[in-house]
Amino acid sequence: MAQRTAKGPAPRVPALDEELARRLLFDMMLIRRFEEKAGEMYALGKIGGFLHLSIGEEAVAVGAISTLRPDDYAISTYREHGHCLAKGSDPRRVMAELFGRRDGLSKGKGGSMHLFDKTVNFLGGHAIVGAHLPLATGVAFASKYRSDDRVILCFFGDGSVPEGEFHESMNLAALWKLPVVFICENNRYAMGTSLERALAQTEIWKFGHAYHMACEPVDGMDVLAVRDSIGKAVERARRESAPTLVEARTYRFRGHSMRDPAGAVYRTKEEVEREKLRDPIVLFRTRASEAGVLTDADVKALEKDVNDRVDEAVAFAEASPEPPVEWLFTDIYKEND
Amino acid sequence: MPVITYREALNLALREEMQRDDRVFVIGEEVGLYEGAYKVTQGLLKEFGPRRIVDTPIAESGFTGAGIGAAMVGLRPVVEMMTFNFALLALDQIVNSAAKLHYMSGGQYHIPIVIRGPGGPAHQLAAQHSQSMETYFYHVPGLKVVRPSTPADAKGLLKSAIRDDNPVIFIESETLYAVKGEVPEDPDFTIPLGQAVVRREGTDVTVVAYMGMYYRAMEAAEELEKEGISVEIVDPRTLRPMDVDTIMASVRKTHRAVVVEAGAGFAGMGSEISAWIQEHAFDDLDAPVERVTGENAPMPYARNLERAKTPSKDKIIAAIRHVCYANGG
Repeated sequence: MAQRTAKGPAPRVPALDEELARRLLFDMMLIRRFEEKAGEMYALGKIGGFLHLSIGEEAVAVGAISTLRPDDYAISTYREHGHCLAKGSDPRRVMAELFGRRDGLSKGKGGSMHLFDKTVNFLGGHAIVGAHLPLATGVAFASKYRSDDRVILCFFGDGSVPEGEFHESMNLAALWKLPVVFICENNRYAMGTSLERALAQTEIWKFGHAYHMACEPVDGMDVLAVRDSIGKAVERARRESAPTLVEARTYRFRGHSMRDPAGAVYRTKEEVEREKLRDPIVLFRTRASEAGVLTDADVKALEKDVNDRVDEAVAFAEASPEPPVEWLFTDIYKEND
Repeated sequence: MPVITYREALNLALREEMQRDDRVFVIGEEVGLYEGAYKVTQGLLKEFGPRRIVDTPIAESGFTGAGIGAAMVGLRPVVEMMTFNFALLALDQIVNSAAKLHYMSGGQYHIPIVIRGPGGPAHQLAAQHSQSMETYFYHVPGLKVVRPSTPADAKGLLKSAIRDDNPVIFIESETLYAVKGEVPEDPDFTIPLGQAVVRREGTDVTVVAYMGMYYRAMEAAEELEKEGISVEIVDPRTLRPMDVDTIMASVRKTHRAVVVEAGAGFAGMGSEISAWIQEHAFDDLDAPVERVTGENAPMPYARNLERAKTPSKDKIIAAIRHVCYANGG
């Protein structure tokens, strides 16, 4: 979706033109609407297992991925619908995967936590906290090994930071000077454990200093700020083959998963309501409107487009058959070519 | 045919595959400058340089995961575990990433990686360095598990493992690195994964054994030959996928079976193979299948205790006699 197609550096401060504003807003609204709908489908029993929504965090996925080329990679956690959609996956196939249907991205074998899409270089949906950071390091290692200039964005939550693999990956990426951007989506709660109860150093970006890595915090509710910060990091990765740690400060408006719908045990209602005042979509829509690049009519048209796309996705998922039972045994091993 | 050591055979396999395919690289602790804790990678840094022989800090989960990530996007890493016991630190990466990504992605991403290094009982290395690590891996769909007993197998199977498009757990042994044997020079020589081999033909009893236990079983067979018991020895070589056909064919011929393994017996490879034989060849059996396994205890340090922990030649002989109802049985 909002990926740049031409090679070359991102502008230092991205100008907010109409085309860019439209793309960023569309992508954020699509993720929002898609996940709201997924939540409804979960309540109806159409989606099973765990479903983790990123509502409130859309600006991080969209702002960051908007700086990539299509041949760059992204990898994420189990809260990855947004990253997958922002990377360009077909919402219909994403929804079909959530439904566990044969036309899902992973043929219905992965589900919400394991979205993969090779056609857009989305390297997955990984559901062991912290475990995909070494994978991202290895993908960046491969870019350097082949002397190509493909970059990987690695999204993870604040819950990954106390894991050993965060530190092993930071060390290896800095030691070997690899083109990876580590993006910590700090939503302040690892499931129900607040940052203060989990980390001796709650300024997560500062861990970059320990590994001699470029690092900074960014307002994760401001899509343009994210785009600016990650844009710089992507260029650093591409041109200098150097990693960056960015701490994007964000907030999830919903609970940890659909089994924690309110997220009310470990945080106050007042806190959630206060954070919702900084809804990234509302903030950006207001800004684009004030800058005169998007009219109310433009926004309404985008809304309709988004609703249509999500309705199509649900219809597609409903119509897709369950995977045949023989598929239980396919894809365990790859036959050698 | 040249006679070389098991260690040299592994080294040759790595060298040939790296010459053949630029996507192959070696990564692990002390593989480069130090030339390998057990010298399996000797000379490779000099020949291939630091781009392809990658020394890592002590971070098993990190560098194994990095290997898996590199494999996701098309490289073919060979990850060395200094000893396979250290692979427990990377167990999550191996089980939850390497083994699962092809399946979870509906076949979009495959993981052509080899994770290799020594495992099993050695010489007084005590509890944390002597475990028969295959047990932890062959349970997992998506992994292939190889245990090569001879220098020729070490070369032929490692080459196949590197060319395989799936994650392969390749467990060598400290006790076998110096073993010598004939090894084909042909760079195209490979041994397919999933093929057992009959090491010794016999008519009275089938013994299934691999690695150090294969050599011990051979000694037992030579001794029993003098008493007129003819022992057939099958070496599975690959534990997953297991070549049950070769094992079954042998059992159908001899009607008796003993399974030997170095690791602790509880829920071990011997349990699996015995179950297979009894499920699929019950009517062919003239006696219950016997297992000779490591004792169900951690590996002790003291030499006499270590000896008591691991199956001895005498225990193998006793089991063979027992299933043959020999010696008054």
